[in-house]
Amino acid sequence: MLYINCPHCGMRSQNEFSYGGDASVKRPELNKEVSDQEWDNFVYNRKSLRGKHLELWQHISGCRQWIKVERDTATHEIFKTFKADEEVA
Amino acid sequence: MQKYSIFNLVKNAFSNHQNWDLAWKDPTPKEEYDVVIIGGGGHGLATAYYLAKEHNITKVAIIEKGWIGGGNVGRNTTIIRSNYMHDENGLFSEFGMDLWRKMSQDLNYNVMFSPRGIINLAHSDAQMNAYARRGNSMRLNGIDAVLLNREQVKEIIPMADFSDNVRFPIFGGLMQPSAGTARHDAVAWGYARQADSMGVDIIQNCEVIGFDVSAGKINGIRTSRGNIKAKKVGLCVAGSTNILAEKLNMTLPIETHLLQACVSEPIKPVLDNVVTFGAGHFYVSQSDKGEMVMGGDLDGYNSYAQRGNLPTLQHVLTEGIAMMPFLSKLKMLRTWGGIMDMSMDGSPIIDKTHIEGLYLNCGWCYGGFKATPASGWTFAHTIAQDRVHELNAGYSLNRFSTGHLIDEKGLGTKTWIS
Repeated sequence: MLYINCPHCGMRSQNEFSYGGDASVKRPELNKEVSDQEWDNFVYNRKSLRGKHLELWQHISGCRQWIKVERDTATHEIFKTFKADEEVA
Repeated sequence: MQKYSIFNLVKNAFSNHQNWDLAWKDPTPKEEYDVVIIGGGGHGLATAYYLAKEHNITKVAIIEKGWIGGGNVGRNTTIIRSNYMHDENGLFSEFGMDLWRKMSQDLNYNVMFSPRGIINLAHSDAQMNAYARRGNSMRLNGIDAVLLNREQVKEIIPMADFSDNVRFPIFGGLMQPSAGTARHDAVAWGYARQADSMGVDIIQNCEVIGFDVSAGKINGIRTSRGNIKAKKVGLCVAGSTNILAEKLNMTLPIETHLLQACVSEPIKPVLDNVVTFGAGHFYVSQSDKGEMVMGGDLDGYNSYAQRGNLPTLQHVLTEGIAMMPFLSKLKMLRTWGGIMDMSMDGSPIIDKTHIEGLYLNCGWCYGGFKATPASGWTFAHTIAQDRVHELNAGYSLNRFSTGHLIDEKGLGTKTWIS
């Protein structure tokens, strides 16, 4: 069982959360020319890192907020959680 | 190579089976090979075998980080099927079914292929219509498919829940009678033994730590046991694909995820077929030892752990109990996990890459085991001829940018959408 510290609600079990994928992926800027390659990278291509991975989760059975979680994909250890709009150093 | 036969079995009995040849050797890496296959799983071993057998390329090495057959070929639920709707998947898998039927003879190794049939259960009229459509598509591609009504399903699997007050009543099902199971380890060992006998070097405990690429062309690999030159290199590493891709500065439409399976304690024969639950993701068959072999959804988040968590297992088994209530009386014997190369459209990739001499075989999602022979066959063709075969032409790497996705189930890495 993973325990995720929701920055809004505190420590909760993974049952309350839904996974949202790599949080480092940035949508191409609006009102700018976007190449096929850029769209490709945004929609499909993923690094899928082994080790420290910044990812999105949604506290779907809680506050329903999207949050960012820094987690190790090899050990499942969770290092830190952030609010969705919080900048991650 | 010693042939496995009843005569050799009797002959060796006189020496207490102490004098059998080793099934494969343990060679030290040579300086150079024509083809290096990275990954000694089912697909890698099959690729090496078909390179030697079909294309007469025997200066081949298989480089395996751990031991052969220690990854997903030893961790799956052994289901073999070709019940796909899309032409690319159907024709590819049905080609594989032919190879499965001949495999034990072909490899001189009993892979215990058991065409016991697979039944996908339907739980609504809409699902019956969808199955009728898929069944028709299958039959147009020469794949056997039978649409069963509720009574016919009840005759085959009376232990499923046919009571009146269930949340997901069984309306019927789609059956592929020629589908089945096989002994998964034997597939790896059979391919390894034959490949080895034709001159392929199977090099275990050898980790790839880098690639030697210059001017857009692959020249070799760097490993924990020294540098190896190679004219061509094939990547066949399933859940580790992204790790090697990073070393090649490639970003792929793949995420590595965790998939669990489990078996119950052994019980007397009760289930002849493979059965899948249609209102969720759960499948079950009974092994020759009597264990109920079960599996279902991904754990749902990126993982390289090869070790799952209980919430997903509980979710999957809840579906199982909804389908076959007697499963709740069984004790769980073992659970395990493997790491899957989940592609973004749920279909695999067997293709050349932008680097000359580098070939890619990945994205097998939930269905890697049954694809073993067809994947090896087409990947060997792609490497040997330096062009894709028509069977794997649809499994291209650039289909994501061109929009030619093969979204059989609309299921890729994003299980939370389903």
